[in-house]
Order: sequence, then structure tokens, then C-alpha cells
Amino acid sequence: MRNIEELVLDGNAAGGMLAQIFLPEMTRARVTCMHCASEHPLGAARLFDAAGVVLRCTECSGVLLRVVDAGDRTFIDLTGIRRLELRMQEPTA
Amino acid sequence: MSWQAARVIETRTETPRVCTLVLDLADWPGHRAGQHVDVRLTAADGYQAERSYSIASAPESSNVELTVERLDDGEVSPYLTQVAGIGDQFEVRGPIGGYFVWESSVARPLALVGGGSGIVPLMAILRHRASSVSSAASDVQPAALLYSARAEVEVIYRREIDELAANDASLRVTYTLTRAQPNGWRGYDRRIDRAMLEQVLMPLGAPPVIYVCGPTAMVESAATLLVSLGHSPDDILTERFGPSGIGEPA
Repeated sequence: MRNIEELVLDGNAAGGMLAQIFLPEMTRARVTCMHCASEHPLGAARLFDAAGVVLRCTECSGVLLRVVDAGDRTFIDLTGIRRLELRMQEPTA
Repeated sequence: MSWQAARVIETRTETPRVCTLVLDLADWPGHRAGQHVDVRLTAADGYQAERSYSIASAPESSNVELTVERLDDGEVSPYLTQVAGIGDQFEVRGPIGGYFVWESSVARPLALVGGGSGIVPLMAILRHRASSVSSAASDVQPAALLYSARAEVEVIYRREIDELAANDASLRVTYTLTRAQPNGWRGYDRRIDRAMLEQVLMPLGAPPVIYVCGPTAMVESAATLLVSLGHSPDDILTERFGPSGIGEPA
């Protein structure tokens, strides 16, 4: 049997879903955790696929972000994020 | 970014559990090394399953290639590895990701640490590096790959990786086989540990940018060890795969 730890993915895997919601590329967004104040790229956060998508802080496991896709509506809970730093342009290759 | 049809134009068996699908996509804007796509399958009754798969091909490649490991109880990988054949279609969304991405313009040493099918996005980086970096150039940055697999038969892209290393003095490749080693094996024979990371990364000289991809337990262990070796957390980019094999990480 697998335990829950082995089913953990990370924020990279949420990139496609987040691209449907946010204009800037979100896996490289830097997130400051409301719980422990650490700062990491969103792609490095731990992802749990439950009743919706939950991203947790890689340092303290506090919930950063929750997204629930309810068909014609999407619910986004950002209360675990103290600050979000977005790059508004991709670097040119 | 919307879903589009991908048509399989070639399949390649990489290992007993892993195969590569070469895709034809009508509307592909190009990708960066390390990015992935989401794949969506729709059953006859409307049930849909989505999974993310790393792009294996270099940005320079004319087609998009996905290398997929079969998970026996998976919803998507059994179809992709055992059923999908030339001419079959499924939906793809991408390219996705801007964090776990490497550009050849980065003027720093490169370290790649992969476990199991975590080699796939690292292979896109190696292929991109091979086609955009001249190893004869005086300013070429060194690169190192540490690749952990359970057994030799499970090493993906073995021939191509060895050829890349043989033709490029600035690239060092190290394998570790964690469960079974053939007679005369000269690589490591244990899980990635602190001493192994130190030995692999030391010859790079200046602090490298480090990409770590594999099963969750391996990635978190390697990232923690790298920080304890003095690497900045900002220099360690991670991508965790979900389950790899049954029950036990590579």
C-alpha cells in the first residue's frame, strides 16, 4: 500500500491549473508563507490533491493556497499567503 | 492556454516500464527545457483523468516527446505506455512551468540529480545543453548528472546519456543502482547520500545551479543534504514526481 507521502506532488504539477486562473506564470511566483514567513517559489510547494488542490509550505506544511473547481465556478482561498511576488514577463530565451 | 489534440506519430520502448511517445501538435508555441504538459484522457462515459508529464525533447526538437513510466494502478500511464499507438490522439495542455526550467544562457555550472523517471526533464536539459553549448568553447560551464535507478534495466536513455558524456569533456555522468548491480559495475550501489552528492558536485568548482527530480522522498532527502553541504536553497530547484514503482521510491 502507498501512504499519503508517496502521493505528494508539488506546485509544478499545479502549473497548468493555475495558468487557467492567473495571467503570470505561477510556478516561479515567490510566495511568503503566512504561517512561518519563509519564502519559496510556488513550484516548490507541496501539492495535495484532495477535495480540490491544496498547496502547502515546504518548510512548515501550513496551507498556502486552496483551489476548488466546481464546474462553472472556481473557489480560491489564499489566506495562507502573506505576500505573492509575480514576474509579469517571462525572460526571453 | 487551452487543450489541444496531440497525435502519436512514433513510440519507443525505453525500459520494460517506460516508453516515449512522439507527438504531433498543430499549435505548439515551443517550450523550454524542464517544462511539462498536462495530458487529459476522456472515457466514453465522459469521465476525465488528467496527469502531468515532463517533456523529454529539447526545445530544438521538431516534435514534442513525452517519456512515461507505467504505474500499474494509474489512470493515465497504462493507456499511454501500453495502448496508445501511432495515429492515436489525446488532449494536451502546455507547455507549463517557469520554475523548474533551465536556459543555456545561465553562465554557471549545472548539476542534475535524478531518480527513476525523474530523469525525463533532466534529459530535456541535457539535450538542450548539447545542442546549444559548444564543449570546445573556452567559457563552457561544466555539468554533472547523478542518476539513481533501482537496476540497470531501469536506466532510461542509457545509450544516449553515455554518448553525450563521451562526446563532451565538460559533462560528467555518474550512476547509482540502488537495488541490483550487474557484475563489474563501477558506479555507486546505494541510495543518494551526502558523500555521493559531495563527490559528484565537487569537481564543478563554483556553486552550481542544481535541478533535483524524482520520487518525493528522494527529492526531499537530496535537497536537505544539498543545503547541509552549503548550497543555497535558492540554487536548488526541485520537482517531485508522485509514486514511482510500487511502494518504494527508486
